[in-house]
Amino acid sequence: MKILVCISKSPDTTSKIAFSEGNTKFDENGVQYIVNPYDEWYALVRALEIKEAQGGNVTIITVGNVADEAIIRKALAIGADDAVRIDAEPTDAYFTAIQIADYAKKNAFDLVLTGKETINYNGSQVGGMIAEVLEVPFVSLATKLDVNGSTLTLEQDIVGGVQVVEVSLPAVVSCAKGMAEQRIPNMRGIMAARTKPMQIVEPIACDLFTTYSSYILPEAKKACKMIDPNNMDELVQLLHTEAKVI
Amino acid sequence: MKTLVYINSDNGISKSSLEVVTYAKKLGGEVVVVSGGNSSDLARLGEYGASKVIVDRAVVNGDEQQITKLIAFAAETENAEIIVFSHELTAKAVAPRLSVKLKAGLISGAIALPDLSSGFSCKVNVFSGKAFGVVTVNTAKKIISLLPNSVQPEITGAACSVEEISSNAGASAVKIIATKKPEGNIPLPEAELVVSAGRGLKGPENWGIVEDLATALGAATACSRPVADIGWRPHHEHVGQTGVAIRPNLYIAAGISGAIQHLAGVNGSKVIVVINTDAEAPFFKAADYGILGDAFEVLPKFTEAVKKFNASK
Ligand SMILES: Cc1cc2nc3c(=O)[nH]c(=O)nc-3n(C[C@H](O)[C@H](O)[C@H](O)COP(=O)(O)OP(=O)(O)OC[C@H]3O[C@@H](n4cnc5c(N)ncnc54)[C@H](O)[C@@H]3O)c2cc1C
Ligand SMILES: Nc1ncnc2c1ncn2[C@@H]1O[C@H](COP(=O)(O)O)[C@@H](O)[C@H]1O
Repeated sequence: MKILVCISKSPDTTSKIAFSEGNTKFDENGVQYIVNPYDEWYALVRALEIKEAQGGNVTIITVGNVADEAIIRKALAIGADDAVRIDAEPTDAYFTAIQIADYAKKNAFDLVLTGKETINYNGSQVGGMIAEVLEVPFVSLATKLDVNGSTLTLEQDIVGGVQVVEVSLPAVVSCAKGMAEQRIPNMRGIMAARTKPMQIVEPIACDLFTTYSSYILPEAKKACKMIDPNNMDELVQLLHTEAKVI
Repeated sequence: MKTLVYINSDNGISKSSLEVVTYAKKLGGEVVVVSGGNSSDLARLGEYGASKVIVDRAVVNGDEQQITKLIAFAAETENAEIIVFSHELTAKAVAPRLSVKLKAGLISGAIALPDLSSGFSCKVNVFSGKAFGVVTVNTAKKIISLLPNSVQPEITGAACSVEEISSNAGASAVKIIATKKPEGNIPLPEAELVVSAGRGLKGPENWGIVEDLATALGAATACSRPVADIGWRPHHEHVGQTGVAIRPNLYIAAGISGAIQHLAGVNGSKVIVVINTDAEAPFFKAADYGILGDAFEVLPKFTEAVKKFNASK
């Protein structure tokens, strides 16, 4: 079983979100990047569990620049076998998906896993786009994934409930909470990661469908109005007349 | 300009479907709705702005490849320039596929109407709700996936015609084995009012006072992540960065500290009420109304006040 896991970076959740150059660029000053949690905790760890149970190979792929090799090494330390970096700025989901799909096509993977979404752009776009280019099924937001020969059994969150589905390989799956438990890399893994193969691939030409032209920070919240715990009638009145939400 | 709206009507017409039809109408051009399934209720989408509904009865509980083919077929026959989805499960699976198939740029998580003053740009949520981005689409065709609760459904017209089509969408590659769905709950992403509680409630046996307030308000219930992790509440109630992101009109948080990862899923709420015994709880900084007090006393009093208000309406 050959599994390709798509890894992206995202700013550590405690990072200060600020913008520079007239609010057109994300200000990376002092920002610590981590592996996008959905990619690391769920997609990568589940891929490793499948490999440990039935053999095979787990390759990680990222579209990013040299600085992103830090997160690639982290993912290798957790246990991936090898890594691919497509040497380009992932400015647009379509561009990113085309690069990954092109590599996946040339290297015939059985299963491609992505995270549910990147926590910086929250687009949930890349996985479905890869599936369309590869012309294979896509199961989104899976919380459970089991492999039986060439059949995948998955659980998916649906509005207010859960759905169990089956699909044949090859397929693309986006992974959400529930699929696996976070793994902390150990010293042996960290040492081994230094010598695991990392291939650097030139991007293929591709149009950009979208561009982020600017960013806006939300207006600062006005101070919280404190209400006497013994006067819930006042709160209800305020919610009705001032906030107009009930 | 023609706008095609996809709605999933397999389980009836949801509020978010009415939202997207209303949104499409506000775009200005003609609105055509496309759907699959057996619903007999589609004509009323005309009231929200559709000039007609086209439906492929053969696509029931369709998978993402079938629905992509259905919409691509409709987009071609209708010659639609813009395609609109509600940013929910179907859209998250279908819209990216459709984007590739139609070579149409996708705006996911839109929260406003597009700005046409210089190109086609739209405001979206980024950085888990900590900022907004303005995305410009460079392609001739555009796809917009609208976050639920961004516009209110508006009745502007009368029922429209429903036309049956055959899109030759093929068989489903994804086989549905089972669906587990609790009955009677308001789906969290659609709820306008949400009552949520965290570890401050001390145990699952104490959720009665949370549910009482929710029932009095007609609200959905939600919870913080540790509460779902230890099994006090079902996982689909977990809101936050790793759970569901919601943007109701009113979010009431009792016994939740307001960690940044929790806020990431609720900071799009229009009004936030926080009930906490700790004046230093970070949630008060994100709140509009705060009650420094014990949830076990405040929630029942809140419920009584709501009941009194309901009775006086
Ligand atoms: C990468 C990452 C992702 C995460 N994702 C999420 C997520 O999606 N959603 C999420 O919720 N969390 C998430 N977390 C966890 C988050 O950081 C917090 O740990 C969690 O939100 C805390 O839950 P809580 O507020 O219920 O519990 P606590 O932090 O234990 O807070 C309990 C609160 O209740 C108050 N309290 C106690 N007794 C009472 C009483 N009688 N009446 C009123 N108030 C009382 C206390 O003062 C306290 O403020 C994530 C963490 C990480 C690291
Ligand atoms: N630059 C990238 N390189 C590799 N994988 C990516 C990249 N961006 C996104 N992905 C994958 O696609 C998923 C969804 O991302 P998005 O569509 O941006 O929400 C992520 O969880 C990753 O698994």
